[in-house]
Amino acid sequence: MGILEVKNVNKRFGGLQALGDVNLSVAENSVHAIIGPNGAGKSTLLNCLVGKLMPDTGSVLFDGHSVLGRTPHEINQMGISRVFQTPEIFSELTVLENMMIPCLAKRDGSFRMHAVANMFEETELVEKAEHMLESMNMAGKHHMPAAAMSRGDKRRLEIAMCLSQEPRLLLLDEPTAGMARADTNNTIDLLKQIRDERDITIAIIEHDMHVVFSLAERITVLAQGMPLVEDTPENIKGHPKVKEAYLGEAH
Amino acid sequence: MFGLEKKDATLLVIVAILTLFAPFLLNPFPSESAMAQFNAGYPDLMQRFVIFGIFAIGFNILFGLTGYLSFGHAAFLGVGSYSAVWMFKLLSMNVIPAIVLSIVVAGLFSLVIGYISLRRSGIYFSILTLAFAQMSFNLAYSVLTPITNGETGLQLTLNDPRVLGQSATADGSIPVTSLFGLEMRSTYELVMGPWTFQFNAGYYLCAIIMVLAFYLSIRIFRSPFGLMLRAIKSNQTRMSYTGLNPKPYTLAAFVISGMYAGLAGGLMASMDPLAGAERMQWTASGEVVLMTILGGAGTLIGPVLGAGFIKYFENIFSKINDTVLHSWFSFMPDALENIVVILVHPFIGKGWHLTLGLMFMMVVIFLPGGLVEGGQRIRRLFRRKDDTPAAKTEPAE
Repeated sequence: MGILEVKNVNKRFGGLQALGDVNLSVAENSVHAIIGPNGAGKSTLLNCLVGKLMPDTGSVLFDGHSVLGRTPHEINQMGISRVFQTPEIFSELTVLENMMIPCLAKRDGSFRMHAVANMFEETELVEKAEHMLESMNMAGKHHMPAAAMSRGDKRRLEIAMCLSQEPRLLLLDEPTAGMARADTNNTIDLLKQIRDERDITIAIIEHDMHVVFSLAERITVLAQGMPLVEDTPENIKGHPKVKEAYLGEAH
Repeated sequence: MFGLEKKDATLLVIVAILTLFAPFLLNPFPSESAMAQFNAGYPDLMQRFVIFGIFAIGFNILFGLTGYLSFGHAAFLGVGSYSAVWMFKLLSMNVIPAIVLSIVVAGLFSLVIGYISLRRSGIYFSILTLAFAQMSFNLAYSVLTPITNGETGLQLTLNDPRVLGQSATADGSIPVTSLFGLEMRSTYELVMGPWTFQFNAGYYLCAIIMVLAFYLSIRIFRSPFGLMLRAIKSNQTRMSYTGLNPKPYTLAAFVISGMYAGLAGGLMASMDPLAGAERMQWTASGEVVLMTILGGAGTLIGPVLGAGFIKYFENIFSKINDTVLHSWFSFMPDALENIVVILVHPFIGKGWHLTLGLMFMMVVIFLPGGLVEGGQRIRRLFRRKDDTPAAKTEPAE
């Protein structure tokens, strides 16, 4: 059984069947990509996994526990971190403060009244945050406001924040959307490095086939809310059904 | 020092010194001179400076850090005042139990209102808090008359039980508030040449409490809790997807700021033991919003500056009348003098709100960061010649 098991998930928005009987199994410590044309239901599926949307029917199990009906912060505390299409970071805070927040969340849980300690005297956490920034090549930017960074750096910071929580499953929502080719390649290298160095499962939603084929071990193709095929990248490449879905013929 | 970074400790010490020497600093003009009306060094006004300072410091913990704009904080101030007066009526004239009770009651009250109002954010949150405050005001004014004494306001009487004190003094008057025997109204006058300086026990109690409240707010600002509050203001989506529950954090901030407001209300009643419903009115809630924004929301010292600024100008401008104006402009020809007085007239006396409104607009337009930003700009002007880049890149670890 995979670390993430999605079974018969259905989601309707009024008359639109956004997800129809989606089944998905993500194996532990693998990279699993979910691809599909616009409107295929990729983002809806992702939102069902993180507690933003509640499926109408079906089940979503993470490590054997249901995530349905839980809030985003509870699901995160179970070990699922999400990277957004446009980097969601704390723009008004400094880079180091941005890193401190997930470190505190990892140590103290979803709420702890910690009102008189000095933040920067939490040496252990500061070191952890600094170490993480160094490993992401962001040393020397500690006291810069996060908003002042480049798009690529914001993306790296967001990934670093997610990783500092040591999640078991990292969900990436089009991590290279709107990036220049060079930035895209940097992100691919970063994700490869994460995949190889950590015990982590990565599920990635992506438009860019270049990204998908250089990273994924398994690929699920969604079309019109239904899983079309699930296979290895090699087999997906030439699959007639996939071509059909992307070129919009038939149906 | 005191578990603070050097910069914050310096700020705290400066604030402490300024409040300690306020009776001198606020009385720069000899008492008989024409400028004496600009003096602010008398007990009643100085007490208001520090009490509203406490109110604004607490409000800033909610508004400055989390960005949740409450329009109902005067309700907590009012509740604090009522609690304190009841303590004077039932228990004793000692201010300590009164202040403690006012903090506790305001805390409980803000827990209830905060719990409900924080189900929404943005403008809806503001409207909910406003609605609650107006409800409290109207209840205090009418329905709850047995507790609040309605229109007249809650006052001490000779028939109050005061179980630990006395209902009336030996000479048959109502006893005065005190701190273990030290009367709050007792004032020592120091005459130095043409100057008269007043040292009031009540002011010093309020000032010490304000410095402590300010110290606590610095600790909160620099704590992991304070960081979480700033994270809420910055990005709630990232916050919940980082495994943090924003609700208890905002509620805690709301209750803390409510307790600060209750403390301010309790001190107000301790200085002058009466409480009226008008303290809870929405204009009073709006005033603390103005103070915080005028001084600089989210900064440490801003709210205190804003409170002092508004209370000072309220007092000075509302005191100036046409007679004073005529004496100022008497050097002009009579016709011109009259025109000038007519032109200035709407801005003074009862029209001081107009002046305040204009000043507020100026600050918001030209200094969005409040008075604190003004100070920073001036400091930068002087520092430009020095080595600014070096100071900027120096890590603060």
